[in-house]
This record gives sequence, structure tokens and C-alpha cells, in this order.
Amino acid sequence: MLALIDYGAGNLRSVENALRAAGASDVEVTADPDTVRRADRIVLPGVGAFGAAMNALAGLDGMVDALNERVVTQAAPFLGICVGMQLMANAGEEMGIYPGLGWIGGTVRLMPDRPGLKVPHMGWNDVTPTVGHPMLVPGEAYFLHSYAFDVDDPAERLAETDHGGTVTAAVGRANMLGVQFHPEKSQAYGLALLARFLEWRP
Amino acid sequence: MTVRVRVIPCLDVANGRVVKGVNFVDLADAGDPVEQARLYDAAGADELCFLDITASHEGRGTILDVVARTASVCFMPLTVGGGVRSVEDARALLLAGADKVAVNSAAVARPALVGDMAERFGAQCVVGAIDARQVAPGRWEIFTHGGRKPTGIDAVAHAQDLAARGAGELLVTSMDRDGTRDGYDLALTRAISDAVPVPVIASGGVGHLDHLVDGVVEGHASAVLAASIFHFGQHSVAEAHAALARAGLPVRH
Repeated sequence: MLALIDYGAGNLRSVENALRAAGASDVEVTADPDTVRRADRIVLPGVGAFGAAMNALAGLDGMVDALNERVVTQAAPFLGICVGMQLMANAGEEMGIYPGLGWIGGTVRLMPDRPGLKVPHMGWNDVTPTVGHPMLVPGEAYFLHSYAFDVDDPAERLAETDHGGTVTAAVGRANMLGVQFHPEKSQAYGLALLARFLEWRP
Repeated sequence: MTVRVRVIPCLDVANGRVVKGVNFVDLADAGDPVEQARLYDAAGADELCFLDITASHEGRGTILDVVARTASVCFMPLTVGGGVRSVEDARALLLAGADKVAVNSAAVARPALVGDMAERFGAQCVVGAIDARQVAPGRWEIFTHGGRKPTGIDAVAHAQDLAARGAGELLVTSMDRDGTRDGYDLALTRAISDAVPVPVIASGGVGHLDHLVDGVVEGHASAVLAASIFHFGQHSVAEAHAALARAGLPVRH
């Protein structure tokens, strides 16, 4: 069973639809920590501001503990999407400074304000893997974000894109993967990534 | 490369049916917005826009069903606009599966709505839609009621206000050009695009592919919206991408 965490993220239904289209037969949309403890795989979606998202996640009684137990301790395959990926960081600086899950060392910061550079970074852009990773292939995906993940350890920065300089497109280690782009909105490229996640045995 | 120029077909929907859209004989139900969305998904459109022009209050719920059915079969970004008056209206569309919600007249009457939506759902899903007409050389005003009613509000100042309040993107339609096929109002598009940090979608007046290129090169838009050149089979999304690529602009492969 794949647990899709429901903590009020607006793109929940899109992610569920895409997971099913990618071949997932047993998706449970859940806000229940015990369901997360039983899950074979976990997907954390997300849109909106970092702090609001972390507060909403932490507001589900026992959920952060269940995620730590199942993902960090027991190494269940995990996929974070957009803000769900950003929450893997130590901290986020959107509308105040908030702690994240602290799984991937780094901070989520506002993209630089440069003349002619449009923020939010919105639209299709490259996903360029920086290290070999079975989940990530080069391609084009849909991005929609104003804040970006500054990763401490280059080995945990798995892919990048370009928007006024290099921007983190994917992070991860071991059984954890986070993607800044939206696979559920990236047509064939995104569905293929989700299909790989369903088969991933890290 | 860098972020691609987005080509966005726009479908007008009333009471859950397409009133301005593709007239293809091979569609099982050409009036079904979902069928048309699937076509554009398959054709490689970068995003899709539904404009709900339902006049009656009773018919307004139909767009939610259209959005939900579209989101279950199309895995591309979907913007929905038309008749959004409140945070609750926006929330219903987002929960149904819209990725972005465009707000127009309500944000003229009450610009704070844009801030309320951005605070609740994030700036990335709030599109400020602006309908403007030229009133003097280099000056444009916001018009409402389908471009008939002047407001006296300066379009560039309104655009800056919406962006500052949290709109993550602006959809700029020239009511002078809309439906003319004479091309975008490039001076308007550029004046707004250069005045705000957020991406601008050029809209209103596309008659051929060069107009799309002009919207980006001269209008400084990040995305180009068009309706009739796609719906009537005059051009495909692939041809639009090819025209933009020939002009040296980054497009999706």
C-alpha cells in the first residue's frame, strides 16, 4: 500500500490521479500515522508556503513521528513533491524561519532577485541529473516555485535545473527522494518517474 | 537551456460545455471540455486554461465537475478563471484539481482578495487577470464587464499592485485586440512585464504564429495564450513551438 499524505495540500487529488495513471493500484490517501506505519511507500505532496505546510503536517497528531520511523529508521521508499520535497530540509525561510523534517541538510531560500529574472520559476525546464540515480533521467518537467533548496552535501543534490543560475531540481539519499518539479503535471516524463517510484527498491 | 516559453490554449466554457473550442469531427463529444483538454494534452500544450463564462449563478457549479474530470485524465497544469469572487470559490476549484486560479473583476473591486488567496494557498496558484484598453499613447486602463466598463484604474499600477499582493503570475488581455486577430498589444504587454517581477501571459488578438513570437520578443511575456488559431485547426501547438524555436526562444521538445 502506498500512503499519500493528506495534510491539506491543494495538489493532493492531482498526485493521486497521476499515481493511479502510473500504475499504482493500492493508494491510500491518509492523515493517519498508523496507516503511514503500515505503508510500503510514502508520497508527500505539497504546494504553498513552507511554514504553513510544516505546521499543517506537524498538526496531524503523531504524523511526523510516524514519518521519521517509517522513512528514516525503517527505510521505506519516500517521494516528496515540490513543498513536500522542501520539507525534507533542515529549515525554510518562507514568511519566517521554520524547521523542516531535517532529513536532507540544507535550507530552503527565496530565489535571487535579479533584473529580468521572473519569480516564481514557472514552467517547463530541464531536469539534469548530477549523479547517477535509478529514479532520475534527463528530461523536461514542470516547475512552479519561488523558493529553492540549498543543499549542504553535494552528494545529496541529485539533479539541477537552470533559472538565473543552477537551481536544485531533486534531492535525496538512500530511500528518500524529493523533486522540486511536479511529476503529476509533467505529462509523460512525470508519469514515467512515478512509475519508477512504484517499482523502486533502494 | 532555461525555463521554456509556455504555449497555453484557452477554452471558453459555459454551463460545463465548450462554447469556443476545437471543432474536430473525430471527437466523440466536441462540446465536452474534457475531450478537448485530452486533445491538447496529447498535442503537447504546455498548460491549459479554462475560462468559465457561465452567466447564471445556478450554472456555476458545473465548472467544478469539468475541472475534476479533466484533472483525472490530463497530467498538465490547468488554470481556471471566470467568476471567482472569493477565497472559497478559489478553494473549490483547487480542490477539484485546478493548479492555478485566475481572478479578474473581483480583484479590481477588492484587490485584497489576491492577498487572501496567496496567503491561504500560496502565490504560485494565484493568477491576476487584467483586462485593459489603451486610453492614451502609452497609457492603459482596466476595463470590466467584458471590456465595456472603464474603471479609471491605470493598468500598469494595477498589475504592480496585484503582484505585490501575492499574484504569482499575471494574465494580461488587451480588450482592444481581443478577437481581432491583429496580434497582442505588445506595448501593453511589455509595459506590464517590465514593471513586475512575476511572469506575464500575453493574451488577446493572436491571428498567426508570428504574433506568439512577438509577444515574447517584443512584449517580454513568459507565456503566450491563444484560442482560435488552435481551436479551428489553423495551427497546432507543435507549430507554435517550432515558430518560437525558430526565433531562438526556449521551447519544450
